Amino acid sequence: MELELRGITKRFPGVLANDDVTLTVRSGTVLALIGENGAGKSTLMNILSGRYQADSGQILIDGEIQSFDGPGDSIAAGIGMVYQHFMLVPVFTVAENVVLGVEPTGLLGVINKRDAREQVRDISERYGLVVDPDALIETLSVGIQQRVEILKVLRRGAKILVFDEPTAVLTPQEVTEFFGIVAELKARGATIIFITHKLKEALAIADDITVLRGGKVVGTVDPRSTSVEELATMMVGRGIETEVVKDAVDPREAVLVVEDLTVTDDFDRPLLKSVSFEVRAGEIVGVAGVQGNGQTELVQAITGALTVSSGRVYVNGEDVTNDPPREHHSIGMAHIPEDRTHVGMVGSFSVRENLILDSYYSPPFSRRGRLDRDSITDFATELVERFDVRPPLIDNLASALSGGNAQKMIVAREFSRDVPLVICAQPTRGIDVGSIEYIHEQIVRKRNEGKAILIVSTELDEIFALADRILVMYNGAIIAERVTAETTPMDVGLLMAGRVAATDAP
Amino acid sequence: MSSPSPLDEQVDEDLASADRRTRPPLARGARSAIARLTLGMNWRSGLVVPLLALLSALVVGALIVLLAGVSIGETLSAYRAMLVGSVGSLGAISETLTAATPLILAGLSVALAFRAGLFNIGAEGQMLIGGMFGVLIGFSLTGLPVFIHLPLAMLAGCLGGALWGLIPGLLKARAGAHEVIVTIMLNFIALRLVDYGLKTDLFQREGRNDPISKNIEVSAELPQLLAWLDPSLRVHLGLVVALVAAGLIRWLLLRSTTGFEFRAVGANSAAARYAGMSISKVYISVMVLCGGLAGIAGTGQVLGVLDRASPRFSAGIGFDGIAVALLGRSNPWGVVAAAVLFGGLRAGGQKMQVSTGVGIDLIAVIQALIIIFVAAPAMIRALYRLKTSAETTRIGAGWNS
Repeated sequence: MELELRGITKRFPGVLANDDVTLTVRSGTVLALIGENGAGKSTLMNILSGRYQADSGQILIDGEIQSFDGPGDSIAAGIGMVYQHFMLVPVFTVAENVVLGVEPTGLLGVINKRDAREQVRDISERYGLVVDPDALIETLSVGIQQRVEILKVLRRGAKILVFDEPTAVLTPQEVTEFFGIVAELKARGATIIFITHKLKEALAIADDITVLRGGKVVGTVDPRSTSVEELATMMVGRGIETEVVKDAVDPREAVLVVEDLTVTDDFDRPLLKSVSFEVRAGEIVGVAGVQGNGQTELVQAITGALTVSSGRVYVNGEDVTNDPPREHHSIGMAHIPEDRTHVGMVGSFSVRENLILDSYYSPPFSRRGRLDRDSITDFATELVERFDVRPPLIDNLASALSGGNAQKMIVAREFSRDVPLVICAQPTRGIDVGSIEYIHEQIVRKRNEGKAILIVSTELDEIFALADRILVMYNGAIIAERVTAETTPMDVGLLMAGRVAATDAP
Repeated sequence: MSSPSPLDEQVDEDLASADRRTRPPLARGARSAIARLTLGMNWRSGLVVPLLALLSALVVGALIVLLAGVSIGETLSAYRAMLVGSVGSLGAISETLTAATPLILAGLSVALAFRAGLFNIGAEGQMLIGGMFGVLIGFSLTGLPVFIHLPLAMLAGCLGGALWGLIPGLLKARAGAHEVIVTIMLNFIALRLVDYGLKTDLFQREGRNDPISKNIEVSAELPQLLAWLDPSLRVHLGLVVALVAAGLIRWLLLRSTTGFEFRAVGANSAAARYAGMSISKVYISVMVLCGGLAGIAGTGQVLGVLDRASPRFSAGIGFDGIAVALLGRSNPWGVVAAAVLFGGLRAGGQKMQVSTGVGIDLIAVIQALIIIFVAAPAMIRALYRLKTSAETTRIGAGWNS
């Protein structure tokens, strides 16, 4: 089915979210819709799904004008949405989740589980999406859960599938698998809209790429005749450095020393296995690895959020093993946490309050138990400006910031202090290219100032762009170390998959 | 089912945040529901909704009275009596404020806990224990001047309540026991402890068999504020104490380092822990403060109104404090306003009961209806066709960023 949007305009109080958006998705093709946070992608998607009604403009499917008064109409017209955050019941089976809401029922409304299972098998086979219908959702990996979401919309007869940032929650392998699924769906006649801000992914799987900026369509390009640079420029409206410019590395004394760090879970299973490394002043060390190989625990153990079973952590020669987070903070460790919204900030606090979240207790912000409003305001105003948090309103709630700006706020808080050690966990996950560029610049600047920096990222591109040295984590252990200049993404990628080269074998 | 149902309703809220990339996990839904009820800081919606809720509750209350077979005329005169009894004369206003005094303190106790993410159902028990400490000092010390005896008795009451608040605080911080369960249980224990205490030689008045305490010394009495006008005006110094407490709690929450910690823990304890705050310390100190506030509420009753302790002298004020905190949206001055309203309903209800055939139970019904309406602001907005509030128009706030 062919989908066409004509002149879609949607206005929110004070904001023109979609401004005369016109685009076409040809039948049986993949359209990538790219744009920064706030470019109007999600609004457009919500109009397509019938959740919002456009102020003006039309939606046409196979040339026929549609009118969607609610999600039901959109689904009936054959549009299926796959959201970034899954809508699954964790304690139900795959089959139960797929039929949820439109269950095959027998006498007295009892769910016919055999029918449900059959239906799931049937669609699975038809679209080549292998899933065990009897598996419980909570036992499945994120990638498989996404398949269940896809099965759900396919079962409701969707011919046009809309994916909202589908790869944001996936590991690199799962991304590859996901691309396979998209190709398969396409081969079987589905029309696909793929919303993303990852340019390389758009280039890899789309037949057409439409770029949105400030609610308007900037242009539609053919992926075979464009480049990451061109797309980034279209998205942001100015030239973007996708390469990070760095001086030669000049490492000095060791600031962070980790010795034989071992962490076990509640059942004594090892999460970290005797991890040792050091990070020296003036260098960036990157920890590469597929999500879930112990990186989260490593950062938590270093920052004091997790109890260490054995081994030691030293910062500037001082033993901080199992000290509470405040000790780490006062000894000079800045930390950009992995889980931005949940542990990095307080959403219902203002930007001003979030900027002093970990330094509120000491002068000049606190004097004799009283918060010094003037110095806090001055501090926050200056930081918001210096770190380009937009909008630069310190009384705005942090939850109202876009992902990129929320991260800039956290970076501002952590980088505003003159500390010898910076730990960044997934510093640019899920944020727009403009913010990524900015945050990368800040990290490199800290390094050039002679700070020791540890970066944990599942994005290999990010590791290669920033790190001077690369540690590869696999299954809770560091299995290899590389100097960035002397290795390739291919080499590190293989190591991430657990293939140890002969030279690294112990 | 014939038509495919839309995807989960849950998405709606998520989608309202438009392009925001990361969203809080769904598991926090329950806590954010409490936060929505209690933390509406927006001025206009914070005032309009409660006022309309009051109006709706009065209308529905009248309908209930009519359904019970009371004539329209009598219903109207009942409401008139309620109005006269709450604000119709100096005496009525004095009664309203007298009733509001402990409600302010109990409401503050619950509100403070709300702001730190705790649900203090135990104000009732904390009032009882605090009141017993206060009355003990009130009658057992003699020959002291007022300016020493009275503060001493108030302080003792505050400490008693704080002690009763410390227990759930400690259990929560050290053993992870849920404060709701613990405070409810401690209410029962406090109630029976008072019954027992009043029968012991320490408290029981000489020559009495019923559980009633000795009368407090005059030097421990909270002086009446308007006795110089008319000795029957009961409003007492406790009102000033309560208002000062409201100001202090407001200062604590918004201006102090400690309050910053309280609010951070209440809004997002995981982020607070990462930022280096001690969650257990906050839980313990908040519960101690809450207990202290409720303790002063109980002591105020004993030293300002009753002059002695009797079984159940807290009279459910600690529970009404929960309603007051909800209505006041956990904002200290909002709590004061809500407490005065509830005090007016209590005082007016007495008058209504005496002068018309409508019983004081109507007041409980109206209070409950107010809370239901306040808890469902969407209903109020739909009922009165209010434009969507500032909170909903925030949707666009993340744009152009």
